[in-house]
This record gives sequence, structure tokens and C-alpha cells, in this order.
Amino acid sequence: MLKFTDEHEWLKIEGDIATVGITAHAAEQLGDLVFVELPESGTALDKGATAATVESVKAASDVYCPLDGEIVESNQAIVDDPALVNSDPQGAGWFFKLKLSDPSAVDALLDEAAYKELIA
Amino acid sequence: MNTDSPLKQTPLHALHVSLGARMVPFAGYDMPVQYPAGVLKEHLHTRSAAGLFDVSHMGQVILRPKSGRIEDAALALEKLVPVDVLGLAEGRQRYALFTDNDGHILDDLMVANRGDHLFLVVNASCKEADFAHLQKHLGDTCELTLLDDRALIALQGPRAESVLAELWADIATMRFMDVAEAALHDVPCIISRSGYTGEDGFEISIPAASAEDVTRRILEHPDVMPIGLGARDSLRLEAGLCLYGNDIDTTTTPVEAGLEWAMQKARRAGGAREGGFPGAHVILGQFAEGAGRRRVGLKPEGKAPVRGGAPLFADAEGKVPAGTVTSGGFGPSADHPVAMGYVDKAHTANGTKLFAEVRGKYLPITVSALPFVTPTYKR
Repeated sequence: MLKFTDEHEWLKIEGDIATVGITAHAAEQLGDLVFVELPESGTALDKGATAATVESVKAASDVYCPLDGEIVESNQAIVDDPALVNSDPQGAGWFFKLKLSDPSAVDALLDEAAYKELIA
Repeated sequence: MNTDSPLKQTPLHALHVSLGARMVPFAGYDMPVQYPAGVLKEHLHTRSAAGLFDVSHMGQVILRPKSGRIEDAALALEKLVPVDVLGLAEGRQRYALFTDNDGHILDDLMVANRGDHLFLVVNASCKEADFAHLQKHLGDTCELTLLDDRALIALQGPRAESVLAELWADIATMRFMDVAEAALHDVPCIISRSGYTGEDGFEISIPAASAEDVTRRILEHPDVMPIGLGARDSLRLEAGLCLYGNDIDTTTTPVEAGLEWAMQKARRAGGAREGGFPGAHVILGQFAEGAGRRRVGLKPEGKAPVRGGAPLFADAEGKVPAGTVTSGGFGPSADHPVAMGYVDKAHTANGTKLFAEVRGKYLPITVSALPFVTPTYKR
């Protein structure tokens, strides 16, 4: 199941694990990324807390945690090569995996049609 | 600046939009921050071929001496800048600074001797204030005009000369900071060999009515790519050049900013026209004794960019303040983060290890010589 937030993140839900990244629209708006900082595994984060930081040539931006949960894995590949986020934002450019405190909370997120409407 | 007022447009606005630029408000103008190629590619293209910038938002000012003698305009302007204007030969341009009575910097600018008048290019965000300042202090000796009918473009990079040589063969005879008049595609232009990237290049003042046509034709050259404000900032930062409002402003002096080179011998202590500009006592005092702080290059040791505003410390715990970063980002040609800022005089030596506070962490950063790239000016 694929869900979206109005902060331009996508979540791929598999059981109580959400793989989280930023949308193609967000990646395009940010421009070429040159630096990514990700949360460490084991970090517990509340919805809306700063989970990651991305920097383009021009500016730094925060990526927020879309739901309450605990980080179980971070994608070292985008730390080593931030350009992956621009070239494959909704695939190899994923940010982290989040073990959801309350898997039913995903119901409140946007589906793909609603997200597309948001950025239209 | 009043951000509620409608944004102004340069004569090249429609061209930017047609090229797919992302437009942002900058100094009251709707300006291209990047084109579809993106900041990284635009930056690297400028260093390897030629990048074209719209800088029409900047102020172009003509200072014409009422007496008809250019020396009178030069001496009048010298009352506002710590620069040798009288010694500026016809057809030459020079960097200058407007200072205030405390020795702080009101703006930085270019001054060209155009034979019967001086031609000034000032920052967009300061142009009204600069013009009022000039009018107040020079209005009795000079006729002043803030040009609103000319565009200004810059063509920067190692191919800039060959691109323009196809339009005007004599361009190759110009040296760095020469200023000349020439027709490009039959349009009379004022061309200077200068820029804001650390590269060889040219800045071209074009009558507004012909600006889009001339610019489009230059962009047709396969070596030329349009470049937005994003890459303009990363290029000037790598080149160690100050951005007014970030690295120099009304809290910094020319000596603190490391701009002593902009003050020629004639205006320094013992010079033929020593002092005689606003804040001379402060600036000449700092010249003799040094300032308490100084602008330096800063190289973050890690991969994280350190941006303007980041506090600097002498220790990794953030206990001993050492200064502040004023500009910082990623340097695409340097291939690492680059920054500049002010540090207390105890910490100005190249190689000094400091720590920048970024998101609650203290990241190692080293005082480094500016620029981060080797300039290719044709002197």
C-alpha cells in the first residue's frame, strides 16, 4: 500500500513497517541534493519530528517523520550518493524504514490520487 | 524592502519563463533561481564553457560632471569611496565601496571611466539608497542618472571570449577590467571584462528594447547555457567574492572584510589623497593596527554544508565563541562544502581548526585561503 503526506513524503506500508522517502515532486523542487543526514536505527520519533535533513547546493530542508514510530533501518546509499534521491526518489532513493507505533494511523494519510490533486 | 509590493521584472523576464526557469523574488524582482538543467549543471557548465546571467536588476548609474571635466566627477565620487577614482584611466573599471561615517559598508559597486562620464553598477537591493546618497553628496557637481532603460547580462566562463568574438572580433584585445563600447548584432552595447564567478568573462549593458533579441542570439551558441541565481551564488562563493547583505554590510568595515586591496595607495595613510571618505578615521586606523576580526575562507571537514548564520567556536563543545559564518554551501567545482565568515583575529591563520554549530552539533571547519578555485581572469 502506497500512502502520501502533505509534506511530500511517500510511505510504502508492509505490515507495521513503513518505508519512507520524499516524492518525485519534492525531489524536483529541492533540486540536486549534495548532502543527506538520516536518523540512526533505534531512534523513536513522534509524528512531525525532524527525521532527516537534506541539502541542495542552495539550501537545507528538513524531512519530517510522517507517523509515530521507531527507525529500524536507514538507507546508507543516499548518504554516500545524495544524487540517488533525485534520480530515483520513489525507489532506490528511499530514506528510512519506520516501525509504526499504530499501523491503523496510515488510514489518515493521503492516497496517490489525493496527493496528485494536492500538487496539481 | 517591502515584500508586499508587486515584483518588478527585468527586460529578459519573458525569456526566462520561456526557457522554463523557476522564478523567485530577489531584491524586489522576479528572477530565475535556476533553469531546467539545475544548479549543479549550471555551475559546472559556467566553469567549463560559458554561462549567461541576467543581472538587469542591478543599478546602472551615470555620473556626468557638470564642468565637463571627468576629474571633477572622479574627485566628487572619491568623497564617498576609499578608492582611487582619479587614477582610473579611460576605458578601465575598478571595484569600490560606499562607506558610512563609522567606516561600515553601505554597498559595493563597480566604477568605470567612460571618458566623459563615470559609469557605476550597484547592487539591486541598494540602488535607490545609493542613488539618493549620490544625489545628496554629488548633486552639485554631477548630473546623475539611474538608467531604467538598459538590461545587464553577464557571460562567464572559459568560452565567453570565443563566443563573443564571433560577434565582435576585437573582444580578445580587452584585458580584465577593461570597458569598451561595441555593437553586438548591430545593437550598441557597453562591455566590461569582469564578472562575479572567478572565471574570465564579460558584463554587457544592452538597451532594454534589444536585450531579449541579443540575449537569445547569444544563447543559441552551443557553448552557452542560461544560469540562475542559485549557481551565481555558488560560483561567487567558490571564487571568494563577497555578497552584499551577507558577507559585507553596515556592520562590517573594508579592513574586517579583507578588502584592503580595493583601497589604492593614493587613499591610504601617506597617499596623495589620504582619507577624505566617510569613516576614514576608523578604516585608516584599522589599516594601521588591524581589525579585531577578519573575513576568512572556511572549509567544512565533513560532507555537511555549513550555511550563513552558523556560529563558530574554538572548541568542540561550543564554549569559546570564535566568529560567525556569513555565506556557505556546497561548492560543485571544489567538490566539497565551502564557506566564508568572520573570525576573531586570534583565529585567522590558515589551517586554524574551528567548530561550526549546525543543528546542535559542532562540526570541524578549517580556516582556508580564498578563493576555493583558481581565478582565470585575463590580466
